[in-house]
Amino acid sequence: MKKTVILGALTVAGLAAGAAAAATLDDVKARGKLNCGVTTGVPGFAEPDANGVWQGFDVAVCRAVAAAVLGDSTAVEFVPTTGKTRFTALASGEIDMLARNTTWTFSRDVDLKFEFTGVNYYDGQGFMVPAALGVSSAKELDGATVCIQTGTTTELNLADFFRSNGISYEPVPIETGSEAVQLFLAGSCDVYTTDASALAAQRANFPSPGDYVVLPEIVSKEPLGPLVRHGDNEWGDIVRWTLNALITAEELGVTSDNIGELSAGSSNPEVNRLLGSEGTLGEMLGLDAEWAKRAIMAGGNYGEVFATNIGVDTNIGLARGLNAQWTDGGLIYSPPFR
Amino acid sequence: MATLSDPPRESFQLSMLLNDTRYRSYTFQFIALFILIAAMAYLGWNLVQNLAAAGLNISYQFLGEPAGYDINQRLIEYTSQSTHWRASVVGVLNTLLVAIVGCFFATVIGVIVGVLRLSNNWIVRQLMSVYVEIFRNVPVLIWILIVMAVFVSVLPQPRDFRGDDPAASMFLDLFAFTGRGFYLPGPQFSAGFAANGVGWLIIIGLLIASFFSARALSNWATKTQEATGDRPVTWYYTLAIWFVPLILACIVMGLNWDIPALKGFNFQGGIFARNSLIALTLALAIYTAAFIAENVRAGILAISKGQTEAAASLGLRPGRTMSLVILPQALRVIIPPLISQYLNLTKNSSLAIAVGYMDLTGTLGGITLNQTGRAIESVLLLMLFYLTISLSISFIMNIYNNSVKLKER
Ligand SMILES: N[C@@H](CCC(=O)N[C@@H](CS)C(=O)NCC(=O)O)C(=O)O
Repeated sequence: MKKTVILGALTVAGLAAGAAAAATLDDVKARGKLNCGVTTGVPGFAEPDANGVWQGFDVAVCRAVAAAVLGDSTAVEFVPTTGKTRFTALASGEIDMLARNTTWTFSRDVDLKFEFTGVNYYDGQGFMVPAALGVSSAKELDGATVCIQTGTTTELNLADFFRSNGISYEPVPIETGSEAVQLFLAGSCDVYTTDASALAAQRANFPSPGDYVVLPEIVSKEPLGPLVRHGDNEWGDIVRWTLNALITAEELGVTSDNIGELSAGSSNPEVNRLLGSEGTLGEMLGLDAEWAKRAIMAGGNYGEVFATNIGVDTNIGLARGLNAQWTDGGLIYSPPFR
Repeated sequence: MATLSDPPRESFQLSMLLNDTRYRSYTFQFIALFILIAAMAYLGWNLVQNLAAAGLNISYQFLGEPAGYDINQRLIEYTSQSTHWRASVVGVLNTLLVAIVGCFFATVIGVIVGVLRLSNNWIVRQLMSVYVEIFRNVPVLIWILIVMAVFVSVLPQPRDFRGDDPAASMFLDLFAFTGRGFYLPGPQFSAGFAANGVGWLIIIGLLIASFFSARALSNWATKTQEATGDRPVTWYYTLAIWFVPLILACIVMGLNWDIPALKGFNFQGGIFARNSLIALTLALAIYTAAFIAENVRAGILAISKGQTEAAASLGLRPGRTMSLVILPQALRVIIPPLISQYLNLTKNSSLAIAVGYMDLTGTLGGITLNQTGRAIESVLLLMLFYLTISLSISFIMNIYNNSVKLKER
């Protein structure tokens, strides 16, 4: 662990930062592969399936970008990162973008010099406890042992929450989500806390999910989204507008079923601009006219990606809630394609 | 008159830098040095350039800002509002705690195993070889994880102590051995003046006083023995010197035991030895002990057999031969490699994060580095801390080595 951090630090120092400012787009094209940082495994968000193919809500963002840029949604090298290694991996140029339920915060954006290209999931931190403990509110957790992942906003929110409520706890710092789950199930900690979406996703894969309850409190705002390095705005634009293309596609009713037909031309000019039959948006990005069409075809529009990976019909069963389109009372909102 | 004298001094020529063996080595050393400096300068320059290009700078200001995270094990006062610097100090102290306790146990186990490896008893000898070979041939990280796994999956959790018919119960109603760690009765003083650690200072003061009194007594006994040939029997005085003041002090200060009890989520009260601390210390100790045992064995084998035979012919029993004749001499051979083992143990303690123990690498090199993004600064500071700790250990051990090494007169 220490080694990777040091190596990462040295790489930042010695080699890659010079290249980082250069055009990431050219690098990706020359390599023929997108290096995309993901988690070490959270069901529904990013996890290799039985065949070793990465699947999930965050993975879909990587695939859409690869499809837009390289024309091949499978041309992605997935790099598993932990809460601790993800930022060094991105800063050092080991990965071109990070799509790993990472919270957009001031200091990550400004001080760590990253550029968040949007929000693909509006989340908040929650708590999970064994039902047998009979706890019904996070405020009753005085003296509890809490499993947390280090290097996350989770551990900072947790300290704030307990301090502001004047109660104490015993933190058990852990590197990855799967280890945390293992310790939690073994009873090494009373409470497991992380983003509520990840809680739901991991709980769905417990041997007996019914034995565990997620407490009602949501103690923070966790806008999760993909990010890139500061300094390469062209690349940042590509990632940002790829995500926006998925969101706009849902808003305009472009789905993987009707996209073939719509891309020939439709009566809605914005659909035409999005899919490249009108205007030169792709060219402005340094891509071709069909970039967004390919991105949407990779896994469907935002709503389809949500539904297939984490939606109510999956075993994870997350409702859209805040992540509904703005037209449905949610916060998912893309600036116009114009 | 023709005398043999120094050959005439040749004037220095540039070609001599390569052709003359007197100068050639300097030339090459200079070139090597130059290349080394150039390489370092290149890397340093690259660092500065690339940091500037990425819009980053080297600054240690973050050390003064609130850390924002909690640390479970702290030997000094620390809250999430304390600074990153204080978090680093908490980490340093945790590292030192593991290092000191680990070195102590490693030495005790190592010496015992090392001596027993030379035992005349075949079974004991073989058992000790098995111990040494198993422990030194499996990476220490694996040992740490194995010990931790025992905690997590074998020992009962606090929840098992709960309910009307609990699956687990406290040992003698005093000790609780749980997967989260060991809860032990903790001594405390009820007298008002002994509050806030004053009681402990008094105890420590008494122990120091007893130590010196006992030494004075034994010196007096030795003097008497030298003068009269008879050694006065002093053991009951010694016992009294050690225990009477201690017991009196404990009674006066109202010593009582704080017995851990299940309250809420965890056991409360008494002393809590966290599972990560025990797992890390134990694994490091048994691993390093295997190496120390080999050092001890080598040290003992270095003492010629004649010494043992001579001691035997003087009528010394094997145990006394070992402690009075062999070990003092063997120490000279044992101490230098022992220093390296202590250093190894200390540096290996940086694997602590594997079990979530918040040592220096976990606080400064882990959470602080990560939350502030100050990787280069943190890693440099981390190296400085470890260097200081290691050099201090070497320094102290070298003083000790000088005091036991052969004094040539
Ligand atoms: N949103 C928070 C927390 C992110 C986080 O670490 N989430 C966990 C949820 S389980 C995760 O992705 N773990 C997977 C892993 O360890 O690779 C942050 O950005 O700091």
